[in-house]
Amino acid sequence: MSAAPPGLHEVLQRTFSFPKRHFLSVLDLNEVEVANLLDLADGFVALNRQTAKKLDLLKGRTLMNLFFENSTRTQSSFELAGKRLGADVVNMSPRASSISKGETLIDTAVTLNAMQPDLLVIRHSASGAASLLSQKVTCSVINAGDGRHEHPTQALLDALSMRRAFGRIAGLRVAICGDILHSRVARSNVALLQMLGAEVRLVGPPTLIPAQAERWGCAVFHDLRKGIEGADVVMMLRLQLERMDGVLAPSQREYFRFYGLDREKLACAAPGVRVMHPGPMNRGVEIDSDVADDLAVSLIQDQVEMGVAARMAVLTSLAARLENAR
Amino acid sequence: MSRPLAVTNVRLVDPASGYDGPGAVMVADGVIVDVARGQALGALSGDVEAVDGGGALLLPGLVDIRVKTGEPGAETKETLESAARAAAAGGVTTIVVQPDTHPVVDEPSVVDFILRRARDVELVKVFPAGAATKGCAGERMAEIGLMAEAGCLYVTDADRPIVNSKVFRRVLAYAKAFGMLVAHRPADPWLAGGAAASEGEFASRMGLPGVPVAAEKIMLERDLALVELTGARLLVDQVTTACALESLERAKARGLPVTATTSINHLSFNEIDIGDYRTFCKLDPPLRSEDDRQAVIEAVASGLIDIVVSAHAPAPPEDKRLPYEEAAPGAVGLETLLPALLAFHHEERIPLIDLIRTVTSAPADLMGLDAGRLAKGAPADLVLCNPQTPVLIDADKLTSKSKNSPFDGRTLQGKVLMTVADGRVVYRA
Repeated sequence: MSAAPPGLHEVLQRTFSFPKRHFLSVLDLNEVEVANLLDLADGFVALNRQTAKKLDLLKGRTLMNLFFENSTRTQSSFELAGKRLGADVVNMSPRASSISKGETLIDTAVTLNAMQPDLLVIRHSASGAASLLSQKVTCSVINAGDGRHEHPTQALLDALSMRRAFGRIAGLRVAICGDILHSRVARSNVALLQMLGAEVRLVGPPTLIPAQAERWGCAVFHDLRKGIEGADVVMMLRLQLERMDGVLAPSQREYFRFYGLDREKLACAAPGVRVMHPGPMNRGVEIDSDVADDLAVSLIQDQVEMGVAARMAVLTSLAARLENAR
Repeated sequence: MSRPLAVTNVRLVDPASGYDGPGAVMVADGVIVDVARGQALGALSGDVEAVDGGGALLLPGLVDIRVKTGEPGAETKETLESAARAAAAGGVTTIVVQPDTHPVVDEPSVVDFILRRARDVELVKVFPAGAATKGCAGERMAEIGLMAEAGCLYVTDADRPIVNSKVFRRVLAYAKAFGMLVAHRPADPWLAGGAAASEGEFASRMGLPGVPVAAEKIMLERDLALVELTGARLLVDQVTTACALESLERAKARGLPVTATTSINHLSFNEIDIGDYRTFCKLDPPLRSEDDRQAVIEAVASGLIDIVVSAHAPAPPEDKRLPYEEAAPGAVGLETLLPALLAFHHEERIPLIDLIRTVTSAPADLMGLDAGRLAKGAPADLVLCNPQTPVLIDADKLTSKSKNSPFDGRTLQGKVLMTVADGRVVYRA
């Protein structure tokens, strides 16, 4: 552990028992566990900024990335996190495997499980896929996004970015804007931010807000300006282009006019507001480049950096519970 | 012929005559030859098999008018024989199988095939429902008249609504001329398309695409308007929402020739039972909110809903062990129908005789079947059931070929002890 900076070393010395085998949903976590994960991740941020970034906490472990949906960002984030902790990392792309030949998710999982991975990272287009997988394998399963349901490591990295920018999360007003209906990022963020004491608002046209979302404990707004009024954080979500053009929104230009974030609308937010986006962005559709690229406002680059650290924290915590853990 | 059978010391529940009390029944040559109410049977002759019911319930054999098997075409799910065995184990002595098989039951030779297979199996009585449209595709009428002649009991496109109103109008009008009942699933296909759950807080949180309850009401209102136009009889296939019940109530109050079913699943479960994506609880129509479930129970109690069905829909592991959105809908139910229904008797929500009517005389009368009653001269279809015995449902031990029971792991109160169909003992616990 020669490479560990003092901050990380301290954090790793703390007794932090993380009594979970899998990392599937924000709802499985409590406040103390989240605080510990964030502290640990803070340490890894420092590590990642050094020249020597490698630890041996996961030495001998195998991490498998199983991405049924393409995602360069999340997949490489998990890959780097695993490698920096000393694990062997394998990326499975179902397109090249037998999934395209009609094998079911369970069959694939059982097959991969027989290769004795220690950690299995899964992304799948169906809600509940990660939970289903976790019931059929002996290794730890990490949910890297299941349908519209959850993306818990994204919520963790978002919380880390906010905590580092503001020094706290409790009391922040966070407006999540755009396609809430299809967004696992929104669902995980609502749960985590509310647990940590933030006020969460949802903003979007009625066609993109889930039924009875007001019962999530969030105020719902259909007017972007009103929704982000006084907001400390404005989190924009991606809207897939095929969902515009008259399907859920009439057109790209109409969407940008009313729900795209530009400088003028952003003026409604609180002074010192920070803008976030889980990526990849549709510039000129949900967010203006002028806002996205302004480093005084945008946390979007930070989010990517925090992603690796947050995932390292999750992997480390889960690995401590693996069989024969040191 | 088998020996005569005397079942004594039982509580007879016969909705057809309104009798609920102590008694005994004597069976010979496949028919009920004597029903003794409140007193013992006459002296038994020598060669009679006597069964002492020990105070258990003796009911008419159940009539379940919405059953799917996999035969013909998907015999790995369920065959007519395995379904008949499951029915016998559940006290069901008459089943009506759905037409959406491979091939579809849309012409008389397939009707004939099912009737012949059922005769060969010789367990419970099996009747087919025919398709309303060719291939259940909702476009062109099936051979309704020929299928009626061949012995199908009603026509339906099963789970698939007939979207084209002109086609459905013609089906209703044409079927009426043959005295044929039409059953139809009320679901607006555009609202329901792609949905895996009922729209609402639960589905939103779980990230499941949902269908609003209005989808059921919208299609039901159209169907009722077409019933008014044609004067044909309609069986509403599974009412599951409070809002559709309002429409049904108005239609019945106005005297339209409409009857309605609901499924035992929608009486027994709500959407929260889906829990962590349990695919055994994925149904079509999907499980509803608790408010809807309560409304459906009330509608059964009041008689607004006439018939309860098992909606037996076998699905093997390869169709169920999938992510929730991709899994096949449906649940097996023949073996759990009676004990699950008895829950409402135990809870004192619905009087036993009214509850039993929904699965015996009500469906039998609607289908024009000589079944569902305990009367001298009636076919000897009987079920002996101890309503008190708790039974832990273990899906793997069910008789059905497919084990997709949402009751798996639940304890139901009520155990079928013996089932008699046409005077033959087809099941004994």
